[in-house]
Amino acid sequence: MSAGAGRARDALEAFLIPVGALAVAMALFGVFVAVLGKNPLEVYALMYKGAFASSFSWQNTLSRAAPLILTALCVALPAQAGLMIIGGEGALVLGGLAAAVIGTLFAGAPPVAVKLAMAAGGMLAGGLWIALAGALREYRGVNETISSLLLTYIAIAVFNHFVEGPLRDPGSLNKPSTHPIGDAYMLGNFPGLDVHWGLGFGVLFCIAAYVLVRHTTHGFALRVVGGNVRAARLVGLPASGLLLAACALGGAAAGLAGMVEVAAVHGNANASLMAGYGYAGILVAFIARQNPLAIIPVAVLIGGISASGGMLQRRLDLPDATVMVLQGTAFLLILASETLYGRFRFFSSAPAPSRAEAAPPVPQQAAAT
Amino acid sequence: MIELGWWGVPVAVLGGAIRVSTPFLFVSLGECITEKSGRINLGLEGILVMGAMTGYGVSYTSGSPWLGVLAAGCAGLLLGLLHGLLCNLPKVNDIAVGIGLMLFGTGLAFFLGKPYVQPKAPSLPSIPFGAWSDSTQIQAALQVNPLFLIGIALALALAWAFRNTRWGLVLRMVGDSSNAARAMGYKVNLVRTAATAAGGFLAGVGGSFLSLYYPGSWSEGLSSGQGLMAVALVIFARWNPVQCFYAALLFGGAGSLGPALQSVGVTSGYYLYNAAPYVLTLAIMIATCSPRRTLAGIPGELSIVR
Repeated sequence: MSAGAGRARDALEAFLIPVGALAVAMALFGVFVAVLGKNPLEVYALMYKGAFASSFSWQNTLSRAAPLILTALCVALPAQAGLMIIGGEGALVLGGLAAAVIGTLFAGAPPVAVKLAMAAGGMLAGGLWIALAGALREYRGVNETISSLLLTYIAIAVFNHFVEGPLRDPGSLNKPSTHPIGDAYMLGNFPGLDVHWGLGFGVLFCIAAYVLVRHTTHGFALRVVGGNVRAARLVGLPASGLLLAACALGGAAAGLAGMVEVAAVHGNANASLMAGYGYAGILVAFIARQNPLAIIPVAVLIGGISASGGMLQRRLDLPDATVMVLQGTAFLLILASETLYGRFRFFSSAPAPSRAEAAPPVPQQAAAT
Repeated sequence: MIELGWWGVPVAVLGGAIRVSTPFLFVSLGECITEKSGRINLGLEGILVMGAMTGYGVSYTSGSPWLGVLAAGCAGLLLGLLHGLLCNLPKVNDIAVGIGLMLFGTGLAFFLGKPYVQPKAPSLPSIPFGAWSDSTQIQAALQVNPLFLIGIALALALAWAFRNTRWGLVLRMVGDSSNAARAMGYKVNLVRTAATAAGGFLAGVGGSFLSLYYPGSWSEGLSSGQGLMAVALVIFARWNPVQCFYAALLFGGAGSLGPALQSVGVTSGYYLYNAAPYVLTLAIMIATCSPRRTLAGIPGELSIVR
């Protein structure tokens, strides 16, 4: 069999297994709502309506997909180096805070310069934050999954301290916020679409990440580090630098998501920034199997599901956490479906015995590292 | 009535340590059992929230808070079982499933817990160990919940059982070398699933403490990473149940620093003081982990520390 056909089958496997897992998740979710006395078909129809049926719902979906794309990159890029970072929410929050500070500090400067400075500030804040988790792992052996989530809680505390303290706009009574950055500095809409520029940033970032990871020597070296860090060191790759760079780039993406939320949606930094995009981004990255290009459609899908939450709440009187239940179910099934790779004869490219049969029964030690 | 003034801060921190440490203690003991078997369950955060909701809901409908504690444990047991069964599948990563369980448990608890946000459920009673004192602050600090005492007893019992019982030896062997355990004829996956389910039970009980005693009501912002911090705490405690207790007290004290300072009128930087437990956790992990040597007492099969 030719290598091309083998690759096509691998791609098909990588596409069909997650889609199958999502379908099972939707079915289980249908059973769940049926037990609660709602008609599952009605729920599905409403979800489609709330997510993809009209230009208004598409607009809602895409404006949620934009930050999700960026926070998913915060998981997927470090994952190339074998790290499991789940602190995107913290990078997003700090990126938003940095953008809001820069936007108010340079009031009066030309808008293009301020927008660029806000984006750079957001990316810098987020990048440094996640690079910190990477550095703790690399130089102190601290587990990056735990440290990145702890850093998120610390970031949220810092954010609350500044937004409700020194940086608070005295005019924001009910909802503590920073001073508004002003209309001149807001990001406009993508030409021809009613969706803000954040979506464009996200797509560009994904394409750049894909090219970097799959088609450059740096990306190849990064994946070698992710595959086996000792082997990478033995062949002389700068493992520490690559690992930190992957973390910094991922954090920069999440920080940019915070900047976009401030500069395109809210106009200042307030508690609405903590809408859970950082956590949903983890789900997006895992469904996309850490592939930067696959993140784009998956983020649109997950963005659509969360956009439909409001519709379910209004029409069927379901709690707003309904969407979280579906996302959690999907997450667990996606992870469980990892076990299916290499199990189906159809997808194995050679007639030789499948991997499961050929491999000796290795003890199951899930090595995350 | 004696005014304690600034002395109120350490007293309040002590009282807070006793109150706040109980969920840490239960979750970390649960995680200790799970990690001894060679797996890590990061989803205890989700189980904690689920336990808090279940405990509150059952206490509200049945009128008995202790029934709520039991139900919370059972909910945690089911979620722990789910984690254990999923991780039995080949190629499924325990850390990733933990992240998934965190989202799933939290989502399910928020969904099912909506009707219980408003009503007031009966709370757990407490034992007034401070009745000898005239100071209301000391009295308040020494209101001890029975679950705290049960937790201490459990820590001692676990430490003994790990060392002296057949179950404890099997658990530790599975965690240190699955090949050795398999050679001895033990079913590794079965032991690990049971250990994760038992850990889930304890985490669920820890969650019920949050909703039924302190802070003592169910809301969506109830838990803020206690379940996750407990995972770090187990590493700090070197997988030793008795040290888990000391570590839980330390974390509880850090967690009550913010409210204690607020009670004597220090309000600036309130949010920063509230971040104390996270900073402490991180500082402890930085101080105790090392990239060059493995940690003393770590189960050999654990994937958390390289």
